Amino acid sequence: MKSAEKTLETPIMNQPVVKNPKIRLPRINWRGVIAIIGFFVAWHLSVKLGFPGFREIAAPYDVLHTFLTRYLDNPDYWASWVASFKRVLYGFLIAQLLGIPLGLLLGTRQTFNHLVYPVIEIMRPIPPLAWVPISILFWPTTESSIIFITFIGAFFIIVINVHDAVKSIKKEHIWLAQSLGASSGQIFRRIMIPSVIPSIAVGMTLGIAVTWNVVIAAEMISGDNGLGRLTWEGYVSHTVTVVIIGMVSIGLAGYLSTIVVDYLEKKMMPWRVAR
Amino acid sequence: MGASDKMNMTAADTTGHQMAPRPVDGRLSIQHVGKIYDPEGARVVAVHSANIEIAPGDFVAIVGPSGCGKSTLMNIIAGFDNVTEGQVLLDGQPLATPNSPPRPGSDRVVVFQNGALFPWKTVLENVMYGPIVQRKMSSSEAEQRAMDLLAKCGGLDKVANSYPPQLSSGMQRRVEIVRALINEPKILLLDEPFRAMDTVSKTVMHQHLLEMYRVCHKTIVFITHDLEEAIYLADKVVVMTSRPGTIKSTINVNLPRPRTPDMMMGSEYLALKAQVIAGVHEEAKKAFERGEREHA
Repeated sequence: MKSAEKTLETPIMNQPVVKNPKIRLPRINWRGVIAIIGFFVAWHLSVKLGFPGFREIAAPYDVLHTFLTRYLDNPDYWASWVASFKRVLYGFLIAQLLGIPLGLLLGTRQTFNHLVYPVIEIMRPIPPLAWVPISILFWPTTESSIIFITFIGAFFIIVINVHDAVKSIKKEHIWLAQSLGASSGQIFRRIMIPSVIPSIAVGMTLGIAVTWNVVIAAEMISGDNGLGRLTWEGYVSHTVTVVIIGMVSIGLAGYLSTIVVDYLEKKMMPWRVAR
Repeated sequence: MGASDKMNMTAADTTGHQMAPRPVDGRLSIQHVGKIYDPEGARVVAVHSANIEIAPGDFVAIVGPSGCGKSTLMNIIAGFDNVTEGQVLLDGQPLATPNSPPRPGSDRVVVFQNGALFPWKTVLENVMYGPIVQRKMSSSEAEQRAMDLLAKCGGLDKVANSYPPQLSSGMQRRVEIVRALINEPKILLLDEPFRAMDTVSKTVMHQHLLEMYRVCHKTIVFITHDLEEAIYLADKVVVMTSRPGTIKSTINVNLPRPRTPDMMMGSEYLALKAQVIAGVHEEAKKAFERGEREHA
């Protein structure tokens, strides 16, 4: 008996529950470093040797040169960053602010669900970019129409995620809260909201990726600034270096947003981090 | 040392300890209870004319093959489901009658088979939840009481600030029992709490449960399909038949307390086991044959 209990309990007792033993330096993935160097070498050679399709493409060195001399200290370039980030932020935030309550309502109120869900099911498959013409006609400014399209991109994702999450809340949790004397308001705040937080997080991860997709495309179509516009203007003016600078900037911007969203998710779910 | 020391106490050192006095509250009467799902349509009779009398402080196990209506009966007692016939009384007060809606309450708290700790709350917050939402205690009182109970139940205070997914399933289940006990329920309802556990963990959990029962003497209704577990833990074993779920027999277990694992080798235990197995086997066979006919 004694030994059996020990084997059962010791692993948990020994687990560091709150403390983080020591901060380890991230190990460098050397294969990854080699792959990145290889990529640039291949790109450089393809351009220099004039492979088919590469005749019009700028070499990595030229891109870097253009960036350092004409863009790094160019306020217009950084204004493009700000413009695109603003649109993503607004579109994303409005989508969360409207989508989360709507998802909760759809999951908890049956009459509301029967009334509204069919409409959502019809609108959801329409790609955000198909909204561009209507959006331009409807909204007074280009800015608001781009934000609207960005919003559409994230909105349905978050609604569907939260709605599904409400439907899959464990009935035992609700029953137990009732047994322990919780009112329906308390059950909503203390049981349902925390139950759907993981799905809200999934919605945020997917949403931020989609908003970047959408904002870039919308800027190319109708914007007068932003990273998408920058890239498009590079193409129109036959400056391939600018196209590539635009592309890399968009990639970086998306990556930075993902880091922020990941950080927020960890803050939202302390119980997940601790696992 | 400290934690595992405390936990090992349960098996060996209980002999010197006395049971806490029998409570005055917690008399449960299940009278002619019937439950029919979909009475206008398919008329699935889950429970039919069930009668069980449980004295305050009794440990009663309800056993039967799967689908015999054990969990339905438990949901009725807990107030998650209503009855269609008969009534359930707790200390003479009606809990469930055909005309009243189901009414859960903190006087009967359930520990579910799959575990229902809130994963977003720490162990301590889980235990404090009941008294806090009922405003029975201030949060510092609730914390004090929760820590006391956790410590008393095998050194669980060591993991008070952990989140449930960090614990073993055995520890999770014990925390759940503590979360129920802090509300001073009249009845503790355990719905196959050790179902998903391996034999060794189960044995350990039995000792923990018996120790908790010794310290906090409450009426316990324990649902299981494991006959040995039922006889080993309970004062009374109720055997149910399946479809419709009726009560086939009630067997009194007169094994002395504290119960120790070596009793499972004793002749008294084995005789009881033979008696219960005979009853359940017949039923299981019937259910099995019926299942085969239905799927033929």
